[in-house]
Amino acid sequence: MVERQSWIKSISLYLLLLAFLFPFLLIVMNSFKKTQYFVDNPLAFPTSFSFDNYISAFKSMQFPQAFVNSLLITVISVLIIILFSSMTGYLLVRFKWKVNNVLFYVMLASMTIPFQVIMIPLVMIYGNMGLLNTKTILLFMYTGFGIPFGVFTFHGFIKGVPYELEESAFIEGSSRFNTFFRIILPLLKPVIVTLVVLDVLWIWNDYLLPSLVLLSPEHRTLPLSTFAFFSSYSVDYSPLMAGLIMTIIPVLVLYLFLQKQIIKGITEGALK
Amino acid sequence: MKKNTLKNVGTFLLFGGPSTFAFTAVVLIPFIVGLYLTFTNWDVATNDGSLIGFSNYVDVFHDKIYLGQLWFTIKYVFFTVLISNLIAFFVALALTSGIKGEQWIRTGFFTPNLIGGIVLGYLWQMLFSQVLPYLGEKYGWTLFETSWLTSTGSAFWALVIATSWQLVGYLMIIYIAGFSGVPHDVLEAASIDGAKRSTIVKKVILPLSVPAIVICIFISISRAFLTYDINLALTKGGPFNSTELASYHIVKKAFLSNQYGIGQAEAVVLFAVVAIVALTQSYLLKKMEVES
Repeated sequence: MVERQSWIKSISLYLLLLAFLFPFLLIVMNSFKKTQYFVDNPLAFPTSFSFDNYISAFKSMQFPQAFVNSLLITVISVLIIILFSSMTGYLLVRFKWKVNNVLFYVMLASMTIPFQVIMIPLVMIYGNMGLLNTKTILLFMYTGFGIPFGVFTFHGFIKGVPYELEESAFIEGSSRFNTFFRIILPLLKPVIVTLVVLDVLWIWNDYLLPSLVLLSPEHRTLPLSTFAFFSSYSVDYSPLMAGLIMTIIPVLVLYLFLQKQIIKGITEGALK
Repeated sequence: MKKNTLKNVGTFLLFGGPSTFAFTAVVLIPFIVGLYLTFTNWDVATNDGSLIGFSNYVDVFHDKIYLGQLWFTIKYVFFTVLISNLIAFFVALALTSGIKGEQWIRTGFFTPNLIGGIVLGYLWQMLFSQVLPYLGEKYGWTLFETSWLTSTGSAFWALVIATSWQLVGYLMIIYIAGFSGVPHDVLEAASIDGAKRSTIVKKVILPLSVPAIVICIFISISRAFLTYDINLALTKGGPFNSTELASYHIVKKAFLSNQYGIGQAEAVVLFAVVAIVALTQSYLLKKMEVES
């Protein structure tokens, strides 16, 4: 009886999973077909494999450029966020100055503000200064948005790091700056991994902020070029599906390598 | 003494300077300017405006279109939160009760979270506009015969389904973490006492995982209220602007109609609605919390 029940449970769970993954299977299958065959029967397996759709999407999405843009913006922003927020997290733990407490609580409170409340004045201010439409300003904005959560996360971890670890380094005459990089930063590895995972998923997939900041086509990130691609080729489905798959693959590869860390990162990020 | 202060200022600037600068320039100043903006009739063309008091907020509360969309958003949030949390809860429950291939199933359910709203929206757009109508016609399922995206009622459910599809995997991870916090001896004691599985879930697991439920509902409420990308890619607000969620409306108001003042006032109202709903549910649910 119990045996049979758990069988039913397993099977229904697998069926649900299949239904969940069905959209992915479908676009993979159809990305190898001609649009005509997709419209005729979207559920049929492709009779012949052709990479034509991928080639045409690759060209019309300007995939290499969008990929490099996304990669540059994601990697550099995440590096800057990690560096700045770990240093600030350290500062806020080790020095209980009034200004530090104020900074900490202001950052904490700011994490509740949705992007929608910031975006209009953001575009207005930076637009007036003529600073929009460069990758550098987007990097700067991601840094600003990413720092509160980073500082908060590092702050929580560094609180548990005993001061004695640094003391001997100070006695040997090491400066605070060097001590931080030699002694503290290596200890932060688990938090850094968590933050990298969360920030990469956020920045790589973000659409709204870059759509407001990056206006020229040559700056487009992958989500922006996917959007542009779909707006201009809305009837030719097969290349569109190939385009979607090419956008998904980079994160999918990352996921397969970092699965455990990603799951851990999400759990910790949410429970904070 | 003076030398020490100087040194402290140096330390602050070195360790906190860059962060504080970026944070202030990107989050703090725009937030304050944004609040100011809601009290002006800012004109984008002349880049000037004068203070007009609360008139923008009054306009927002008299704008039947925005209020309609806000109500539409609230309904969308309600069903998205309900459906995604129910599925995530039961999937997590099944996964923690010892099932073959647990790791794989978990990985599978989480996959939709790797992709952004734009890709996700287009993926479902093709399903709803091409694949499902094909199935409907072939097998005579009237439910699917016409594309769901062509009428307001069904496009609403398309939005709910696509959003839940992504949220389930994310919430599942948190529920799993929550369930693993339920002590083993309590579960064992219950089953030795002869409690049925359904009773154990209702009387033991459910009350003990209230903290996880609070977090999950909080996260799903705030994410659903701010949905923009999926809305843009899946329905583009159509048919006839009838499926525009609040965020979509604000972006249009500000950057297509160039009404910064009203757009910003609408954003502040949306923020207030999210905060009230999310905090109220946390407060109410937290009362149900028990110690094991």
